Amino acid sequence: MAQMQIQPAIEVAHLSKHFGQGSARVNALVDITMTVYPGQVIGLMGPSGSGKTTLLHCIACILEPSSGTITLDGDVVYEQKWLKSDLRRLRLDKIGFIFQYPNLLPFLDGSDNVSIVLDLAGFKPAAARARAGELLDYLEVGSRKHAFPRQLSGGEAQRVAIARALANRPKIILADEPTAPLDSPRARIVMDLLRRIATEQNAAIVVVTHDEMILDRFDHIYQLRDGRLEGEPTGVGLGTAPAEHPLANP
Amino acid sequence: MNLAYRDIKFNLLRFILTNFGLSLLLGVVIVITGVYGGMIDDALRQARAAHADLWIVEAGTNGPFAEASRIPGDTRELVSRVYGVARAGAVTYQTVQTRLNGKSLPLFLVGFEPGRPGGPHKLVAGREIMRSHYEFIVDVSAGLALGEVVSLGTHGHDFTVVGLMRNELTASGDPVGYITLQDAQALQFELSPPAERRQLASGGGVQGNDQINAVIAKVSPNVPLSEVASALTRWKHLTTLSQVQQETLLSKDVIDKSRKQQLLIMVLLIIVSAVIIALIVYTLTMDKVRSIATLKFVGAPDRTIVGLIVQQALSMGIFGYFIGLGLVVAFQPYFPRRLVLDFQSVSMVFFITVGICLAASTLGIRLALKVDPTEALASSG
Ligand SMILES: Nc1ncnc2c1ncn2[C@@H]1O[C@H](COP(=O)(O)OP(=O)(O)O)[C@@H](O)[C@H]1O
Ligand SMILES: [Mg+2]
Repeated sequence: MAQMQIQPAIEVAHLSKHFGQGSARVNALVDITMTVYPGQVIGLMGPSGSGKTTLLHCIACILEPSSGTITLDGDVVYEQKWLKSDLRRLRLDKIGFIFQYPNLLPFLDGSDNVSIVLDLAGFKPAAARARAGELLDYLEVGSRKHAFPRQLSGGEAQRVAIARALANRPKIILADEPTAPLDSPRARIVMDLLRRIATEQNAAIVVVTHDEMILDRFDHIYQLRDGRLEGEPTGVGLGTAPAEHPLANP
Repeated sequence: MNLAYRDIKFNLLRFILTNFGLSLLLGVVIVITGVYGGMIDDALRQARAAHADLWIVEAGTNGPFAEASRIPGDTRELVSRVYGVARAGAVTYQTVQTRLNGKSLPLFLVGFEPGRPGGPHKLVAGREIMRSHYEFIVDVSAGLALGEVVSLGTHGHDFTVVGLMRNELTASGDPVGYITLQDAQALQFELSPPAERRQLASGGGVQGNDQINAVIAKVSPNVPLSEVASALTRWKHLTTLSQVQQETLLSKDVIDKSRKQQLLIMVLLIIVSAVIIALIVYTLTMDKVRSIATLKFVGAPDRTIVGLIVQQALSMGIFGYFIGLGLVVAFQPYFPRRLVLDFQSVSMVFFITVGICLAASTLGIRLALKVDPTEALASSG
C-alpha cells in the first residue's frame, strides 16, 4: 500500500517530560503521541506554559524526555542511551531550528552565520560559502550577506536564521514562534516560505505559534494544554492526511 | 572557519587593548629574567674577560674575585713549566680612585704581562701597551681620550691613554683599565697600608712587592684540563680553579643573594598573570554564552567550543608575550639596569605563558561546557 512506503519524519510516542522532583515537580509534557510526515507543516498552539517549547526541544534532542520515544527519520532517539556528541551530530545533519529570536553569532557576517553549520558538517569552505549565498538569495537577503547581525533589521536577521536552519537540507525543521517578532505581513511571508520549503525540500516542519492570522498555512494544528495534546489534530487550510499526501504516490 | 579568529577580528580593539595590558605584564616578567641574567653576567664579567682555562690562586681561597689571593710573582714561571700549559700570565686586580675634570673616577685596574694571557681583549681605538711603564688602556666609559694623561696612585704617576675598549666594566659598572704588571705592583705597594708596606719592604712575608693575585693559564688543546689541574696540585701554596669552577663560584654568590627574591617576584607575577588571563578568558566566555548555546543548538561538537576558547586564550598569551618581548627589547637601552636576555630564559617565559594560558582557559571551558542551550536562549536578545 502506498502510505506504507512513507516513513514519518517525526514520530513521538507516549512522550512525557517533567522538571524537578517532589512538590516542585512540573509535568511539562504528558503522554504526547504525534506523527509528522515529510512535506507537512504542523502548527503547535496553546497557552503560555503549556509545553510547546519543551516539546520542540525534546524533538530537537536538546532535552531528554522523561519517558516515551522519539523517532526521527527512522532513528529512535533515547531508546538506548545516545551520546551527547551523537545527538549533536544528528541535530546538525537532520534538524534545522528556528528560534523566536534569530540568535545569530554576532561576530560572523550573514553569509558566515549560514555557512558555519555547513562548515561543521564538513563542507569545503568554498562550497559552504556558495550554498550560503544561494540560500540567502533564495530568502531575499542575499544583498545583506556581508552585514553583521547588529546591522540587520529584525526581519533580515530572522531570514538569515532561517537560511541557517535550512543549510544542511534538514529533514526536520522546528520553529519556536518564528513570527512573534514580525508584523503580520512579514509573518505571512515567513510562513509562505516555510510552506514552500516543506514542499520543495520535502521537509517536515513543526511551527509553534500564537498567531491566529497564519493558521491557514498549516496542514494540521495540535493544541497543547497543560502538557497534553487536546483532542484530534484539526486539519485546516491545506490539510493533507498521510494517505493523500502528494508524495504518497509519486 | 576559525571562530576564535573571527571573534578576535570582530572585537579587534578589545583584543588589542587586552593584549597590550597583558604584554606589559609579561614584559615585566621578561625584564625580571633579564635583570637576573644581567646580574649573573655582571658577576662573571671580570672572570670571562680574562679568557682563562685555569686560575691559579692562593691556596685555600676562591680568588682572585670572590676572595683575596696573594701569590709570589714567580708563580707564573712555575705554572709555565707544567706539562700541558700552553701560555700563562700573571695578573693583579685592584680598585683605584682618580680624579677627572674635578670628579672622582673609580677604576678597576688590571695589571698584566703584555703578550701573555690576562690582557685586554679587543680595542676599539689606539694600540696595545708597548712600553713597560705608564701606558694605560681603559674603557671608553671612563671618559678619557687617546693620548690623555691621567694620574694614578698616591705618588701621582702620569699614565698615558694608549688604547680604548668598550663594554669592559665591572659588576658595579666601573670602567676597567689595563696597565703593566710592574706598574700595577708599584701602585699596589704604595697603596697598601703603611705597616704592611714596611713589613713587605723589609722582606717579611712574601718577598718585596713582587706579589700577584693570580696566574691565568691557557691549556693546550690536546691535553685534558683535569690533567693539568692535578699536576698543579703539587704546590701546596696554590689552588687551581677551572674557568667553569670560577664562574660557578662567582654566580653562586649572586644566585645565593638574589635568586630567592627573583623567584618570589617571578612566582607572584606568574600567579597574577594566570589570574588575569583566567579572568579575561572567563569574561570573554561569559560574553559568548549565547553564541555557545546557539552553537550547541545547531549541533557544533564540544571540540569546536573548547577550541574557540583555547585558541583565544593562546593567541592572547602568545601575542602578549611577543609584544611584551618587543617592548622590552625596544626599551632595553633605557633601562637603568643592564638586561641579559638569553635564549633559554626567554623561551622558558614563553612556555610558562603558554602553560598559564592553557591552565587559565580551563575556567572558561568549564563554563562553556556547562552552558545549557535551552536556558541560555530562553531570554530575548
Ligand atoms: N528548565 C525548566 N525547569 C523547570 N521547569 C521548566 C523548565 N522549562 C520549562 N519548564 C516548565 O514547563 C512548562 C512548559 O514550559 P514551556 O515548554 O516553555 O511552555 P510554552 O513554550 O508552551 O510557553 C512550564 O510550566 C515551565 O515553567
Ligand atoms: Mg515557549
